Amino acid sequence: MKSNLTNEQVAERLQKQFGEHIKSVETPYDFLTIEVDAAKLYDIIFWLKTDSELQISFLTNLGGVHYPDNEGREFAIVYHLQSMVNNFRLRLKAFVSKENTEVDSIVDIYAGANWMERETFDFYGITFNGHPDMRRILNEDSMDYFPMRKEYHLEDATREDKDDRFFGR
Amino acid sequence: MGKIEDLQVINGEGYQLSSLEKVVASARANSVWPLPFATSCCGIEYMATMGSNYDLARFGMERMSFSPRQADLLIVAGTISKKLAPVLKQVYEQMAEPKWVLSVGACASSGGIFDTYSVLQGIDRVIPVDVYVPGCPPRPEQIIDGIMKIHEMVKHESLRRRYSDEYKSLLNSYNIENNEE
Repeated sequence: MKSNLTNEQVAERLQKQFGEHIKSVETPYDFLTIEVDAAKLYDIIFWLKTDSELQISFLTNLGGVHYPDNEGREFAIVYHLQSMVNNFRLRLKAFVSKENTEVDSIVDIYAGANWMERETFDFYGITFNGHPDMRRILNEDSMDYFPMRKEYHLEDATREDKDDRFFGR
Repeated sequence: MGKIEDLQVINGEGYQLSSLEKVVASARANSVWPLPFATSCCGIEYMATMGSNYDLARFGMERMSFSPRQADLLIVAGTISKKLAPVLKQVYEQMAEPKWVLSVGACASSGGIFDTYSVLQGIDRVIPVDVYVPGCPPRPEQIIDGIMKIHEMVKHESLRRRYSDEYKSLLNSYNIENNEE
Protein backbone atom coordinates (compact mmCIF):
# COMPACT_ATOMS: atom_id res chain seq x y z
CA MET A 1 0.00 0.00 0.00
CA LYS A 2 1.21 3.44 -0.84
CA SER A 3 2.22 5.89 1.82
CA ASN A 4 0.85 9.42 1.88
CA LEU A 5 4.25 10.74 2.91
CA THR A 6 7.69 10.50 1.33
CA ASN A 7 10.94 10.14 3.24
CA GLU A 8 12.12 13.52 1.93
CA GLN A 9 8.91 15.24 2.98
CA VAL A 10 9.16 13.97 6.58
CA ALA A 11 12.90 14.63 6.90
CA GLU A 12 12.46 18.15 5.58
CA ARG A 13 9.59 18.92 7.90
CA LEU A 14 11.53 17.62 10.91
CA GLN A 15 14.62 19.60 9.96
CA LYS A 16 12.55 22.74 9.54
CA GLN A 17 11.02 22.30 12.99
CA PHE A 18 14.07 21.16 14.98
CA GLY A 19 17.05 22.46 12.98
CA GLU A 20 20.39 21.45 14.43
CA HIS A 21 18.82 18.88 16.79
CA ILE A 22 18.46 16.60 13.77
CA LYS A 23 21.92 15.04 13.54
CA SER A 24 21.68 12.88 10.46
CA VAL A 25 19.19 11.50 7.97
CA GLU A 26 19.60 8.10 6.32
CA THR A 27 17.33 5.76 4.40
CA PRO A 28 18.68 2.20 4.69
CA TYR A 29 16.35 -0.18 2.79
CA ASP A 30 14.20 2.86 2.10
CA PHE A 31 13.40 3.16 5.82
CA LEU A 32 13.77 6.73 7.00
CA THR A 33 16.22 6.73 9.91
CA ILE A 34 16.89 9.97 11.73
CA GLU A 35 19.45 10.54 14.43
CA VAL A 36 18.40 13.20 16.87
CA ASP A 37 19.74 14.96 19.93
CA ALA A 38 19.06 12.76 22.99
CA ALA A 39 17.99 15.84 24.96
CA LYS A 40 15.35 16.64 22.34
CA LEU A 41 13.92 13.11 21.97
CA TYR A 42 10.89 13.80 24.10
CA ASP A 43 9.97 17.00 22.26
CA ILE A 44 10.44 15.43 18.84
CA ILE A 45 8.34 12.36 19.61
CA PHE A 46 5.63 14.55 21.11
CA TRP A 47 5.67 16.84 18.12
CA LEU A 48 5.51 13.93 15.66
CA LYS A 49 2.44 12.62 17.44
CA THR A 50 0.62 15.95 17.53
CA ASP A 51 1.65 17.38 14.17
CA SER A 52 -1.46 17.53 11.99
CA GLU A 53 0.39 16.75 8.77
CA LEU A 54 2.61 13.83 9.84
CA GLN A 55 0.39 12.23 12.54
CA ILE A 56 3.10 9.72 13.45
CA SER A 57 1.21 8.63 16.52
CA PHE A 58 1.99 4.96 17.15
CA LEU A 59 5.03 3.58 18.96
CA THR A 60 5.91 0.21 17.44
CA ASN A 61 9.06 -0.54 19.36
CA LEU A 62 11.75 0.91 21.53
CA GLY A 63 15.09 -0.57 22.44
CA GLY A 64 18.78 -0.09 23.06
CA VAL A 65 22.01 -0.92 21.27
CA HIS A 66 25.52 -1.06 22.70
CA TYR A 67 28.43 0.05 20.52
CA PRO A 68 31.42 -0.38 22.85
CA ASP A 69 33.92 1.07 20.35
CA ASN A 70 31.86 4.14 19.61
CA GLU A 71 33.59 6.50 21.99
CA GLY A 72 31.34 9.07 23.64
CA ARG A 73 28.30 7.54 21.92
CA GLU A 74 28.36 4.03 23.33
CA PHE A 75 24.62 3.55 23.67
CA ALA A 76 21.89 4.06 21.12
CA ILE A 77 18.21 4.27 21.96
CA VAL A 78 16.08 3.38 18.96
CA TYR A 79 12.41 4.25 18.51
CA HIS A 80 10.25 2.81 15.78
CA LEU A 81 7.25 5.03 15.11
CA GLN A 82 4.40 4.70 12.71
CA SER A 83 1.66 6.82 11.27
CA MET A 84 -1.41 4.66 10.87
CA VAL A 85 -3.20 7.45 9.01
CA ASN A 86 -0.43 8.06 6.46
CA ASN A 87 0.97 4.52 6.36
CA PHE A 88 4.44 5.79 7.14
CA ARG A 89 7.18 4.34 9.30
CA LEU A 90 10.04 6.21 10.90
CA ARG A 91 13.06 5.17 12.93
CA LEU A 92 14.49 7.61 15.46
CA LYS A 93 17.92 7.11 17.01
CA ALA A 94 19.66 8.94 19.79
CA PHE A 95 23.10 8.29 21.22
CA VAL A 96 24.32 8.71 24.80
CA SER A 97 27.71 8.12 26.37
CA LYS A 98 28.43 5.38 28.88
CA GLU A 99 29.05 8.00 31.55
CA ASN A 100 25.59 9.48 31.18
CA THR A 101 23.06 6.87 30.10
CA GLU A 102 19.99 8.95 30.77
CA VAL A 103 17.19 10.05 28.51
CA ASP A 104 13.69 11.36 29.10
CA SER A 105 10.92 8.84 29.45
CA ILE A 106 8.11 9.03 26.91
CA VAL A 107 5.63 7.11 29.04
CA ASP A 108 3.36 10.16 29.30
CA ILE A 109 3.23 10.34 25.48
CA TYR A 110 2.91 6.59 24.86
CA ALA A 111 1.77 4.48 27.81
CA GLY A 112 3.01 1.45 25.86
CA ALA A 113 6.57 2.65 26.33
CA ASN A 114 6.42 1.74 30.01
CA TRP A 115 7.55 -1.88 29.80
CA MET A 116 9.80 -1.27 26.78
CA GLU A 117 11.75 1.34 28.72
CA ARG A 118 12.00 -1.00 31.67
CA GLU A 119 13.33 -3.71 29.35
CA THR A 120 15.89 -1.32 27.87
CA PHE A 121 16.96 -0.40 31.39
CA ASP A 122 17.09 -4.07 32.39
CA PHE A 123 19.44 -5.08 29.58
CA TYR A 124 21.48 -1.94 28.87
CA GLY A 125 21.28 0.16 32.02
CA ILE A 126 19.82 3.11 30.17
CA THR A 127 17.70 5.06 32.66
CA PHE A 128 14.60 6.90 31.57
CA ASN A 129 13.96 10.04 33.57
CA GLY A 130 10.35 10.51 34.55
CA HIS A 131 9.45 6.85 34.21
CA PRO A 132 6.89 5.94 36.89
CA ASP A 133 8.55 2.63 37.86
CA MET A 134 12.14 2.36 36.67
CA ARG A 135 13.19 -1.16 37.67
CA ARG A 136 14.08 -4.45 36.03
CA ILE A 137 11.32 -6.26 34.20
CA LEU A 138 12.64 -9.58 32.83
CA ASN A 139 15.77 -10.49 34.75
CA GLU A 140 15.87 -11.39 38.42
CA ASP A 141 15.88 -8.34 40.68
CA SER A 142 19.11 -9.42 42.35
CA MET A 143 21.08 -9.24 39.09
CA ASP A 144 23.90 -6.75 39.54
CA TYR A 145 24.84 -5.99 35.93
CA PHE A 146 23.26 -5.27 32.55
CA PRO A 147 23.63 -8.48 30.53
CA MET A 148 23.34 -7.12 26.99
CA ARG A 149 26.32 -4.82 27.46
CA LYS A 150 29.09 -6.32 25.40
CA GLU A 151 31.69 -6.38 28.16
CA TYR A 152 29.77 -9.22 29.84
CA HIS A 153 29.89 -12.81 28.70
CA LEU A 154 26.71 -14.28 27.32
CA GLU A 155 27.46 -17.58 29.05
CA ASP A 156 26.68 -18.38 32.63
CA ALA A 157 29.69 -17.41 34.71
CA THR A 158 29.32 -20.19 37.27
CA ARG A 159 29.93 -23.21 35.02
CA GLU A 160 33.17 -25.03 35.72
CA ASP A 161 32.70 -28.19 33.69
CA LYS A 162 33.27 -26.67 30.27
CA ASP A 163 36.66 -26.42 28.62
CA ASP A 164 36.85 -22.88 27.30
CA ARG A 165 38.76 -23.98 24.20
CA PHE A 166 35.79 -25.95 22.96
CA PHE A 167 33.18 -23.31 23.64
CA GLY A 168 34.75 -20.24 22.15
CA ARG A 169 35.49 -18.58 25.46
CA MET B 1 -1.18 -52.35 39.03
CA GLY B 2 -1.87 -54.30 42.12
CA LYS B 3 1.05 -56.68 41.88
CA ILE B 4 3.48 -55.96 44.67
CA GLU B 5 6.93 -56.90 43.48
CA ASP B 6 10.02 -57.69 45.50
CA LEU B 7 7.93 -58.17 48.57
CA GLN B 8 8.87 -61.22 50.53
CA VAL B 9 5.95 -62.64 52.39
CA ILE B 10 5.27 -65.75 54.37
CA ASN B 11 1.84 -67.02 53.60
CA GLY B 12 -0.03 -69.23 55.97
CA GLU B 13 -3.61 -70.17 56.55
CA GLY B 14 -5.43 -66.97 57.42
CA TYR B 15 -2.31 -64.86 57.81
CA GLN B 16 0.48 -63.25 55.81
CA LEU B 17 3.78 -62.13 57.28
CA SER B 18 6.20 -59.54 56.04
CA SER B 19 8.04 -56.61 57.46
CA LEU B 20 6.02 -53.45 57.78
CA GLU B 21 8.80 -51.46 56.19
CA LYS B 22 8.57 -53.49 52.98
CA VAL B 23 4.80 -53.28 52.84
CA VAL B 24 4.81 -49.52 53.33
CA ALA B 25 7.61 -49.06 50.80
CA SER B 26 5.69 -51.07 48.22
CA ALA B 27 2.54 -49.13 48.89
CA ARG B 28 4.41 -45.86 48.48
CA ALA B 29 6.10 -46.97 45.28
CA ASN B 30 2.80 -47.94 43.71
CA SER B 31 1.07 -44.68 44.53
CA VAL B 32 3.60 -41.96 43.88
CA TRP B 33 1.72 -38.75 43.26
CA PRO B 34 3.62 -36.56 40.85
CA LEU B 35 3.73 -32.78 40.78
CA PRO B 36 4.63 -31.77 37.21
CA PHE B 37 6.71 -28.61 37.08
CA ALA B 38 6.75 -28.39 33.31
CA THR B 39 8.05 -25.30 31.55
CA SER B 40 8.84 -26.23 27.95
CA CYS B 41 9.26 -29.01 25.37
CA CYS B 42 10.14 -31.64 28.00
CA GLY B 43 6.78 -30.77 29.49
CA ILE B 44 5.11 -31.71 26.20
CA GLU B 45 6.88 -35.08 26.26
CA TYR B 46 5.76 -35.49 29.83
CA MET B 47 2.16 -34.76 28.80
CA ALA B 48 2.51 -37.50 26.16
CA THR B 49 3.77 -39.77 28.92
CA MET B 50 0.69 -39.01 30.96
CA GLY B 51 -1.60 -39.62 27.99
CA SER B 52 -3.27 -42.87 26.99
CA ASN B 53 -0.46 -44.14 24.71
CA TYR B 54 2.15 -44.33 27.43
CA ASP B 55 -0.27 -44.20 30.34
CA LEU B 56 1.49 -43.22 33.52
CA ALA B 57 -1.66 -44.22 35.37
CA ARG B 58 -0.58 -47.87 35.27
CA PHE B 59 2.15 -46.96 37.76
CA GLY B 60 -0.37 -45.71 40.28
CA MET B 61 0.18 -42.15 39.09
CA GLU B 62 -3.30 -41.43 37.84
CA ARG B 63 -3.63 -38.23 39.72
CA MET B 64 -1.35 -35.33 38.89
CA SER B 65 -1.05 -33.30 42.01
CA PHE B 66 -0.87 -29.63 41.20
CA SER B 67 -0.58 -28.84 44.86
CA PRO B 68 2.84 -29.46 46.41
CA ARG B 69 1.26 -30.36 49.75
CA GLN B 70 -0.25 -33.55 48.34
CA ALA B 71 2.63 -34.56 46.07
CA ASP B 72 5.40 -37.12 46.52
CA LEU B 73 7.41 -36.69 43.35
CA LEU B 74 8.45 -33.35 41.88
CA ILE B 75 8.95 -33.77 38.13
CA VAL B 76 10.87 -30.82 36.75
CA ALA B 77 10.60 -30.87 32.98
CA GLY B 78 12.07 -27.95 31.12
CA THR B 79 14.33 -24.92 31.28
CA ILE B 80 14.37 -23.20 34.64
CA SER B 81 15.44 -19.57 34.48
CA LYS B 82 17.31 -18.03 37.38
CA LYS B 83 14.28 -15.89 38.10
CA LEU B 84 12.17 -19.04 38.45
CA ALA B 85 14.68 -20.83 40.71
CA PRO B 86 13.33 -19.42 44.02
CA VAL B 87 9.81 -20.44 42.96
CA LEU B 88 10.96 -24.00 42.26
CA LYS B 89 12.73 -24.10 45.61
CA GLN B 90 9.62 -22.86 47.39
CA VAL B 91 7.49 -25.52 45.69
CA TYR B 92 9.99 -28.17 46.79
CA GLU B 93 9.98 -26.86 50.36
CA GLN B 94 6.19 -26.96 50.45
CA MET B 95 6.11 -30.65 49.63
CA ALA B 96 5.68 -32.93 52.60
CA GLU B 97 8.14 -35.73 53.36
CA PRO B 98 8.77 -38.22 51.96
CA LYS B 99 9.51 -36.56 48.64
CA TRP B 100 11.56 -37.29 45.55
CA VAL B 101 12.70 -35.22 42.59
CA LEU B 102 12.94 -36.29 38.96
CA SER B 103 14.85 -34.00 36.65
CA VAL B 104 13.60 -34.49 33.09
CA GLY B 105 15.75 -33.43 30.16
CA ALA B 106 19.04 -31.66 29.54
CA CYS B 107 17.82 -28.22 30.63
CA ALA B 108 16.54 -29.22 34.04
CA SER B 109 19.59 -31.44 34.60
CA SER B 110 22.35 -29.10 33.44
CA GLY B 111 20.99 -26.01 31.73
CA GLY B 112 21.25 -27.86 28.42
CA ILE B 113 22.02 -25.71 25.41
CA PHE B 114 21.11 -22.61 27.39
CA ASP B 115 24.51 -21.79 28.79
CA THR B 116 23.50 -18.21 29.33
CA TYR B 117 23.26 -15.56 32.01
CA SER B 118 19.54 -15.98 32.59
CA VAL B 119 19.23 -19.76 32.87
CA LEU B 120 19.82 -21.90 35.92
CA GLN B 121 22.56 -24.41 35.06
CA GLY B 122 20.73 -27.42 36.44
CA ILE B 123 18.07 -27.59 39.12
CA ASP B 124 20.49 -29.41 41.43
CA ARG B 125 21.87 -25.97 42.16
CA VAL B 126 18.77 -25.16 44.19
CA ILE B 127 17.15 -28.47 45.15
CA PRO B 128 18.43 -32.05 45.58
CA VAL B 129 17.66 -34.38 42.67
CA ASP B 130 17.11 -38.15 42.89
CA VAL B 131 17.06 -39.20 39.24
CA TYR B 132 18.20 -37.41 36.09
CA VAL B 133 16.65 -38.25 32.72
CA PRO B 134 18.90 -37.25 29.81
CA GLY B 135 17.55 -36.16 26.44
CA CYS B 136 16.56 -33.02 24.60
CA PRO B 137 13.73 -33.71 25.05
CA PRO B 138 13.66 -37.31 26.31
CA ARG B 139 11.12 -39.63 24.78
CA PRO B 140 8.26 -40.85 26.99
CA GLU B 141 10.02 -44.22 27.30
CA GLN B 142 12.98 -42.48 28.90
CA ILE B 143 10.75 -40.56 31.29
CA ILE B 144 9.04 -43.81 32.27
CA ASP B 145 12.48 -45.36 32.81
CA GLY B 146 13.34 -42.46 35.14
CA ILE B 147 10.08 -42.91 37.01
CA MET B 148 10.75 -46.64 37.39
CA LYS B 149 14.17 -45.81 38.83
CA ILE B 150 12.39 -43.56 41.34
CA HIS B 151 10.13 -46.50 42.17
CA GLU B 152 13.20 -48.64 42.85
CA MET B 153 14.51 -45.99 45.23
CA VAL B 154 11.17 -45.71 46.98
CA LYS B 155 10.98 -49.48 47.42
CA HIS B 156 14.46 -49.90 48.80
CA GLU B 157 14.93 -46.79 50.87
CA SER B 158 14.50 -46.63 54.58
CA LEU B 159 11.04 -45.35 55.47
CA ARG B 160 12.72 -42.85 57.73
CA ARG B 161 15.17 -41.56 55.18
CA ARG B 162 14.38 -38.04 56.29
CA TYR B 163 15.86 -38.67 59.75
CA SER B 164 19.20 -39.89 58.44
CA ASP B 165 22.26 -37.71 58.91
CA GLU B 166 23.07 -38.01 55.24
CA TYR B 167 19.68 -36.64 54.23
CA LYS B 168 19.81 -33.85 56.79
CA SER B 169 23.23 -32.75 55.67
CA LEU B 170 22.07 -32.87 52.04
CA LEU B 171 19.18 -30.53 52.82
CA ASN B 172 21.48 -28.35 54.88
CA SER B 173 23.82 -28.00 51.93
CA TYR B 174 20.89 -26.53 50.00
CA ASN B 175 19.85 -24.31 52.94
CA ILE B 176 16.52 -26.08 53.09
CA GLU B 177 14.97 -26.41 56.48
CA ASN B 178 14.00 -29.91 57.47
CA ASN B 179 10.64 -29.49 59.16
CA GLU B 180 10.16 -33.14 59.90
CA GLU B 181 12.36 -33.38 62.97
